[in-house]
Amino acid sequence: MKEYRTITQIAGPLLFVEKTEPVGYGELVNIVLFDGSIKRGQVLDTSDEIVVVQVFETTAGIGRDSGVRFTGETIKMPVGKEMLGRILSGGGKPIDGGPEIVPEKRLDITGAAINPFARQSPEEFIQTGISTIDGMNTLVRGQKLPIFSGAGLPHNDIALQIARQARVLGAKESFAVVFAAMGITKEEANHFMADFERTGALERAVVFLNLADDPAVERIITPRLALTTAEYLAFTLGMHVLVILTDMTNYCEALRQIGAAREEVPGRRGYPGYMYTDLASIYERAGVIHGVKGSITQFPILTMPGDDITHPIPDLTGYITEGQIVVSRELHRKGIYPPINVLPSLSRLMNLGIGVGHTREDHKKVSDQQYAAYAEGNDLRGLVAIVGKDALSERDRMFLEFADLFEDRFVRQGRDENRSIEQTLDLGWELLSTLPVEQLVRIDRGLIEKYHPKFRKAPQAAAQAAQR
Amino acid sequence: MEVKEEKTIRGASGVLRRISGPVVTAVRLEAHMYDLVKVGREELMGEVIKISGNDIIIQVYEDTSGIKPGEPVVNTGLPLSVELGPGLLKSIYDGIQRPLSVLADKMGNFIERGVSAPGLDRSIKWDFKPTVKPGDKVGPGSILGEVQEMNIIHRIMVPPTVKGGIVTFIKAGKHTIDEVICELDDGVKLTMMQKWPVRLSRPVVEKLNPDIPLLTGQRIIDGLFPIAKGGTAAIPGPFGSGKTVMQQQLAKWSDAEIVVYIGCGERGNEMTEVLTEFPHLTDPKTGKPLMERTTLIANTSNMPVAAREASVYTGITIAEYFRDMGYDVSLMADSTSRWAEAMREISSRLEEMPGEEGYPAYLAARLSEFYERAGRVKTLNGKFGSVSVIGAVSPPGGDFSEPVTQNTLRIVKVFWALDAKLSQRRHFPAINWLNSYSLYLDILHDWYAEHVSHEWNDMRAWAMEVLQKEAELQEIVQLVGSDALPEEQQITIEVARMIREVFLQQNAYDAVDTYCDMTKQFDMMKAIRKFSDLAYAAQAAGILPQQVMSVKSKNDLPQIKFIKEYKPVLSQLLEQMDKEINALRGGIQ
Repeated sequence: MKEYRTITQIAGPLLFVEKTEPVGYGELVNIVLFDGSIKRGQVLDTSDEIVVVQVFETTAGIGRDSGVRFTGETIKMPVGKEMLGRILSGGGKPIDGGPEIVPEKRLDITGAAINPFARQSPEEFIQTGISTIDGMNTLVRGQKLPIFSGAGLPHNDIALQIARQARVLGAKESFAVVFAAMGITKEEANHFMADFERTGALERAVVFLNLADDPAVERIITPRLALTTAEYLAFTLGMHVLVILTDMTNYCEALRQIGAAREEVPGRRGYPGYMYTDLASIYERAGVIHGVKGSITQFPILTMPGDDITHPIPDLTGYITEGQIVVSRELHRKGIYPPINVLPSLSRLMNLGIGVGHTREDHKKVSDQQYAAYAEGNDLRGLVAIVGKDALSERDRMFLEFADLFEDRFVRQGRDENRSIEQTLDLGWELLSTLPVEQLVRIDRGLIEKYHPKFRKAPQAAAQAAQR
Repeated sequence: MEVKEEKTIRGASGVLRRISGPVVTAVRLEAHMYDLVKVGREELMGEVIKISGNDIIIQVYEDTSGIKPGEPVVNTGLPLSVELGPGLLKSIYDGIQRPLSVLADKMGNFIERGVSAPGLDRSIKWDFKPTVKPGDKVGPGSILGEVQEMNIIHRIMVPPTVKGGIVTFIKAGKHTIDEVICELDDGVKLTMMQKWPVRLSRPVVEKLNPDIPLLTGQRIIDGLFPIAKGGTAAIPGPFGSGKTVMQQQLAKWSDAEIVVYIGCGERGNEMTEVLTEFPHLTDPKTGKPLMERTTLIANTSNMPVAAREASVYTGITIAEYFRDMGYDVSLMADSTSRWAEAMREISSRLEEMPGEEGYPAYLAARLSEFYERAGRVKTLNGKFGSVSVIGAVSPPGGDFSEPVTQNTLRIVKVFWALDAKLSQRRHFPAINWLNSYSLYLDILHDWYAEHVSHEWNDMRAWAMEVLQKEAELQEIVQLVGSDALPEEQQITIEVARMIREVFLQQNAYDAVDTYCDMTKQFDMMKAIRKFSDLAYAAQAAGILPQQVMSVKSKNDLPQIKFIKEYKPVLSQLLEQMDKEINALRGGIQ
């Protein structure tokens, strides 16, 4: 392989190389340092005169005397079943002391778009054991549902709890977790790893770790490596794969960094104009395909800068993903775990995965009613701050109390508490029963008579109590 | 606007000099703006978008990874075109008219690159019935004959670029779309298929005033904020506001014969929902699947950005083609914001000077060019057809002041302000009556007066006034409570509530209420107004508003929404209303 020593400029993570043979766009590049060590990069722009290479590692040690080798192929990664249980760097190299991955296949990491015609509508309910998700913002297989969080909030614990507990009712299928960390701290990484080891989840997980002190540019490929692995596990091996990407904000920062180094025209807040398309090329790698056994469900996590949901990162993410789970600082301050605020949260695919044949016939109505009642109670809190609780009508006071009760009983749950969907829905009924029956306007009479604790026959209730 | 059907291929081949994502530069290539080119050894499709000295700048519709400088570029000499002819209906295409089902057959579940697939199936034989005979004179756009394509009569036309002449030969019977079915005296051979460059609007004799409403059966639209046939409308789609249901209702019920739906840069799973749902929707007019009069274009957010840019043009060209047959076509573009973002991305790759928020300076021009292709027209063959365009916008952060929304609002004449707050309160369709508007009211005034009732326009104005007044009163109510209002205003609030709950709220899932014709809309509104008049009169006579408001006939009024043969029930209710309120007045005297 020919080696060029024609680097003319190094700016941030970019190398400008002159007078090469024709080099392909997106090709993998090896940069050979004077001591023989090799760094990797990718072609971002190629022409007769100059080739721009983005280096995935620190450019420390690269000089005009460094050699540049173009490999002639786009970035491919080796994948195989053996990857389960392995820990790899953000660049895909094993860092757990184990052997190199023996490839069953080498796949292009950019992946290809799933033909919309080949996609199957996601509709299989995933039980996460977390009431605010299962009951109010139901996750279905093949969905991409991000967690919008803020700095210092327990989004990682929520992600871990989901990874631990998520399952499809009544199904015994092989499933796997692909975990990609981008720019998280060593401490956070340890927390994840310890939990994976404690619960034995590591055996069926593939972990990619790009830590805070790893090169930022490497973060550009980390999620793509993770998703390529996930696609192999899902669509070749037929596994149901849950992909956790954390923290997407760090990914976007890396994207901005490269954009700035290339002196591109910036879009909103300095992020590149193509960020929407770029994020779509990650998030859209989720789904279910007709006639293929496996599936990919994505849980990207991002921290909203300044808790601002209109910031370009959460905003563009929200336009691609099918809803969002919003973690609230206010609930966290009240000491509630998981501090998920259901009001701005949304699962766009919820209706496909609930009701008869999926969960229970009353699911939608119970969810709607709780949503409405909590929203009303929450609105009243503002009023109470002005006029005081005594000025409220009897009815208003009941909704105010419902809101408190909802947060305390429905939202709050233990880190290891795995509630079944029946438990979640029954709990919902229990809370709703604190309101007068005539206030439950979103639920039809038939369902009220069937599920409302007041109407349930005493023996039946007793039997259920005994069961618990 | 002259288009040559077959240009000679000039400077057929050049070489690539630079590749930077979806934008590549070629040299030694003779090319014109918007020529279609084949890039690299894999012959990826691309389009010339800039010429600068010897550099020809090309946007490529497929992924360019691995393409090297020095690879060949071939100019087809033709602009990016779509194939028009029998077979368009029921098809699902990507942004550059490649049928997704054919792509799935050719390359499996993922979209690989370098695969070409013609837009129309060459193997199907269509039964062609000529409507002209040898010796007849035909001109550009003339109808040669008909093909029954499912429930639609697909009229085969002379391409607008053909000069015309005397028919020397015409052949009935079953033919594929590339067989010659007609010859003219100047030797021109015609097939059932024609091609048209997507960026050019198809010629018409004249554009007419859009003075007929596109009836949708949705009360808030037809009644308060109507769109004309050939009109333009925008819907903002904030999270969870019921945009999808709304679009499906429009597709199902609007009195357009053909529906073209463009999914531009949207979510894959949501597109799948459309793709799986549309074939199951039944066309209420014929009982056949709605897909049989629909063409879908799906270019999801992770499919190549340049194809996304092209997808809206592909869609509107297909819509114009059906318009030229004399049909009313409704086109839905979801979402135009994604299209604008595609323009921005390509513009930034071209290193153009950005306008507002990084969008190119020509954003406003492109948007208005696109919407201007809507309209009601007299076609070249003397028929009347229309293309109505309904574009969704997705303002980032829900901020309507951003450039795409602002530039769209400057062009479109109707704005249906979908409101997430209303949908949270389960008020459907969640169109906010205070923020929405329609600028077609004046032009449609006469139509409503003639076809509905001479009272209609007044009644509409009255309803809007009541709703407006309610909004003002609600502010007071929130401070002091409704009991503190004067009696007269309490009635106003009640009447407004009736307008909202009886007239505006409509259940898309109820077999009867899902569609409401103008006669019923008029009757419903008239009933509400009647109550209003009676209530004010009673109040003036000293009866408490609570008494008037609790009359049974008034509370029974909402049920007529769900009754198909509502007329007897309604007249009985109105009679009863008279009696009840008179009885109250009797009680006073």
